[in-house]
Amino acid sequence: MLQFLIRRSLISIIVIFLVTILVFVSQRLLPGDPVRVWVGEERDPESIAYFRHKYGLDEPIPLQYLRWLSLALQGDLGRSIRTGIDVREEILRRLPITVELAVLALIIAVVIALPAGVISAVRKDTTWDYIGNSVALFGLSVPNFWLGIMLILFLAVQLHWLPASGYVSPWEDVLENLRRMIMPAFVLGTGLSAVLMRQIRSSLLEVLKSDYVRTAYSKGLEERVVIYKHALRNALIPAVTVLGLQAGALFGGAVITEQVFVIPGFGKYILDGVFTRDYAQVQAVVLVTAVGYIAINLIVDVIYSIINPKIRLEGAKAE
Amino acid sequence: MRRILPRVRLGLLGLLVLGLSAVMVSLTGGSAQAPVILRVGIAEEPDILDPTLARTFVGRIVFASLCDKLYDIDQNLEIVPQLAEGLPEISPDGKTLTIKLRQGVKFHDGTDFNAEAAKFSLERHLNLPGSRRKSEIAQLQSVEVVDGFTIRLVLSAPFSPFLAQLTDRAGMMISPKAAQALGDQFGTQPVCAGPFKFKERVAQDRIVLERFADYWDKDKIFLDQIVFKIIVDPSVRLANLKAGELDLFERVRPTDLDLVRADPNLVLSSVSSLGYQGLTINIANKEGFNKPPVQLDTPLAKDPRVRKAFELSIDRKVLNDVINNGEFIPDCTPLPIISPFYPQGLVCPERNIEQAKQLLAEAGVATPLKITLMTTNAPDAIRTGEVIKSMAAEAGFDVTINPVEFATALNLQDAGQYEAFLIGWSGRVDPDGNIHQFQTCGGALNATGVCDPVIDALLNEARARSNNAERAKLYATAMDLNLPPDISFLSRRNIIYLWHAVNFVALNQSVTGFVAVPDGLLRFKGVQKR
Amino acid sequence: MRSVVKAKPSRPVLAEKALPQRRVWRLIRRFTRRPPAILGASVILAFVVVAVFAPWLAPYDPQATNWSKIRKPPDPQNWLGTDDLGRDVLSRVIWGARVSLLAGVVSILIALLLGVPLGLISGYYGSWIDQVIMRLTDALLAFPFLILAIALAVTLGPSLANATLAIGVSAAPGFIRLTRAQVLAVREEEYVQAARALGASDLRIIGRHVLPNSFAPLLVQATVSIAGAIIAESTLSFLGLGVQPPTPSWGSMLNVAQGFLQQAPWMAWWPGLAIFVTVLAFNLAGDGLRDALDPKDY
Repeated sequence: MLQFLIRRSLISIIVIFLVTILVFVSQRLLPGDPVRVWVGEERDPESIAYFRHKYGLDEPIPLQYLRWLSLALQGDLGRSIRTGIDVREEILRRLPITVELAVLALIIAVVIALPAGVISAVRKDTTWDYIGNSVALFGLSVPNFWLGIMLILFLAVQLHWLPASGYVSPWEDVLENLRRMIMPAFVLGTGLSAVLMRQIRSSLLEVLKSDYVRTAYSKGLEERVVIYKHALRNALIPAVTVLGLQAGALFGGAVITEQVFVIPGFGKYILDGVFTRDYAQVQAVVLVTAVGYIAINLIVDVIYSIINPKIRLEGAKAE
Repeated sequence: MRRILPRVRLGLLGLLVLGLSAVMVSLTGGSAQAPVILRVGIAEEPDILDPTLARTFVGRIVFASLCDKLYDIDQNLEIVPQLAEGLPEISPDGKTLTIKLRQGVKFHDGTDFNAEAAKFSLERHLNLPGSRRKSEIAQLQSVEVVDGFTIRLVLSAPFSPFLAQLTDRAGMMISPKAAQALGDQFGTQPVCAGPFKFKERVAQDRIVLERFADYWDKDKIFLDQIVFKIIVDPSVRLANLKAGELDLFERVRPTDLDLVRADPNLVLSSVSSLGYQGLTINIANKEGFNKPPVQLDTPLAKDPRVRKAFELSIDRKVLNDVINNGEFIPDCTPLPIISPFYPQGLVCPERNIEQAKQLLAEAGVATPLKITLMTTNAPDAIRTGEVIKSMAAEAGFDVTINPVEFATALNLQDAGQYEAFLIGWSGRVDPDGNIHQFQTCGGALNATGVCDPVIDALLNEARARSNNAERAKLYATAMDLNLPPDISFLSRRNIIYLWHAVNFVALNQSVTGFVAVPDGLLRFKGVQKR
Repeated sequence: MRSVVKAKPSRPVLAEKALPQRRVWRLIRRFTRRPPAILGASVILAFVVVAVFAPWLAPYDPQATNWSKIRKPPDPQNWLGTDDLGRDVLSRVIWGARVSLLAGVVSILIALLLGVPLGLISGYYGSWIDQVIMRLTDALLAFPFLILAIALAVTLGPSLANATLAIGVSAAPGFIRLTRAQVLAVREEEYVQAARALGASDLRIIGRHVLPNSFAPLLVQATVSIAGAIIAESTLSFLGLGVQPPTPSWGSMLNVAQGFLQQAPWMAWWPGLAIFVTVLAFNLAGDGLRDALDPKDY
């Protein structure tokens, strides 16, 4: 296990390098540059040239990359050209918010998906199954923007139960933090729960038909024991994979939800960075999300081997 | 098989109930704390908060509370003194302006505002590398300190819009001490002489200002803190105002106005803006905007009759009704109708399909004539393009709408790779700021590549004269629709103006004393919140 | 779009190539035995028919504006109401099926075609091939999906085909990872080990054992991903990288409807419902296919 972890960590560093190069080059392939976008409708060749030079945008791309890399390795992620704000500070401020939103969304998704998936599978082709599936897929098809606005209009504007937007740190006020996070986490969680629920249902169905589950039943074991001790454990593998995939999406992709609920997370930060060509901003977020994503999937791989010991961890195997 | 299910269901229900009750139990919202905090929704993220370097419109909204200027404008577009004592004394040749400064003014860092500080600020605007103000006050040759509270500005040539420039960022005074200490990081910790001082900023989320205790006009300040919340989506801004998360927000979308009016808790404030929306038509910008103009080989670029036909195919009133709920002001000039320079007696052409078809026939173009209209990807810009496409089709135009993300659109416009572009201008107080740079040969914002010496001469003359009546006459000639395209830029139709926006601000009724000014900036002097 | 329908029944043929004709028939029989599966397949078929015959089915020109009927609720002339420019919503939903089905379904097929083989190779062979494929996959997955799709679409140039391709390629890494994870689980099963011990070729083991037994989660993932792909098309179109307005698609209709959720809620209902029904239909059909394919179910 230790050997596996060390090897994977080393490889991960290469992957992260790869990611930073990909981001760096892909951003510079897009037309326009940060200075031109900032200047906007007003053209001012002199100040454009000045800022291009100041931020090294007039240099060859490999040189720009090396400069960025050497600074990044020292912990300096640069400043936003447009606002002059230190990107590292901004990342550190957003990281806990993004993580909290993602974790809450995941919890909500699992809380909905696990029982719903189990019921749907165990009661396959019954009304319960149909209802569960339809509701889950409805949650998936409903655009986050629509759901978010509807929740705000109903719970915040009509009933005044919850605040409409904003973020309060849990260190300041735990309850207020939850009151403000519950709607966005719910919006994010519903979409995710559909994907999870469908996977759990499908793989549980698979497992329920397998020989060892039939054997377990024939031995007269109680249903609950069979499902939770034997079947569900094996059925979770695809669900865990999907969870790992979605975690990446939750990390940098919650743009709409962040926008509707005015939460300063990574999603909007990176997308605005792309549109204003604020290179430093995009690079920094992708760097952080890449590290997070790779760490999560490393954990996912470890979880596989715990769920199903037959799966060997790559790197730990002999061949 | 059956026994497990009720438990799962029960467990799920329990969890839901638990979660919901934990969250919703505390409904206590407002508290009786002393500080009065005004929460203001703004539509975009401001750029750097350095008056010398900043360029966004929304940044100016923040500056209006943060940095006082030598002059300001009021709701009637009159220039009024702010950090100056009175209007400047202008020498007969129009090249020297003597300005007396207000005494007893302090910057946020406690240092004094005086003639030296004013000289420093203006020189920084003029000389700081990368300054965005340089082109606005390029005529400024030197700043002399006459005495402790008097400065004299020497211009290289008479330039009547100069004073108007001092009502905006170029007239903002900054603390020399702080500017020297922070250098090009001044924008992260701006120190000015406005009623509120900078507290904190979270990118894409909020900017917080707090009351400046030593403000020179502090009796008119009734707020302790202003929080500018950046909320991009207009429906979300409105929902937040209704839910009480905001006290007011700017740029209510016209189609949302009925929702605001229907709410007894909300108040609407409106004032015509200084800017315009228009169709910029590429005439001779073939090689890029820095290059000498080369006539494009499209009927739209070559023949003013085709452009006139295009204009006649558009019904400005219906366009405004459909896109803006009829709430904006349809017009065919770059000047707001409230401007004293608005040409007297000008009548905008009505939609006339027959005449449009006839003009196309005269021009000898085969219909349907294909035109590619570039728009930004703002939803309303695309919708406007769709309406224009539908209207122009009746006259024989086949418009293809090409929505492009803003950064790309700017690049294509610079490079001359567009046929027509739906883009507006936020507007300036002086008419020169809405016309000269767009319409003169080699003008800094001339993206259409037009170049007609007579029009240039008229517009250059208009900025040199200081008599308003004389200026108005010159502008009226340059905007006379009965004159040929090489004398009147409205006849040239390199920009077809569509409408002037109206700035709508929606406020909670607990906010009083707000006065809207045509520049669209939010001024909080005198504003109270119950 | 026609290829979409064909592709569905043809996939089992691909998976169990060695099966005689008789077994394929049995597969179809098993599929058609389940009412939800038939329902799903019929709805998909109906939507494809709607898309293909849009010009004959739509009551109005989807681009025809009517300034006197701006944002009007459903009435006898416009059954689903009119939109912000006075266009008939029903006609736009019908025409929108063309773009949305193409973008939603074809892009996921592309993702499957790219993702499944790579995932199979990676999971089955392991060692350095696995490392190379998976680390590249990780690198791509670490990009937010939309950013990747935008970068690809910009590079490829604006068109619906390129947008579809960009969405498909951006979605592929997820399928690589999912396939690989399934293969890892299946690879160690006794029957696979047994087949290997009996000297079966890799291709045969993958085709006969590994792929069919990895199928269920892929099918589920593919069918749930359609919703995301339909929305992604509208986002790319919105950025000028897909179809040009006023060509309707369900996603872009939703985009516009966002501005009028309170003034004209029906503008969001119908395209939203269309997406929901599509996703539901593909999931029902997918379930049926999964059941029919299940090697353990006799």
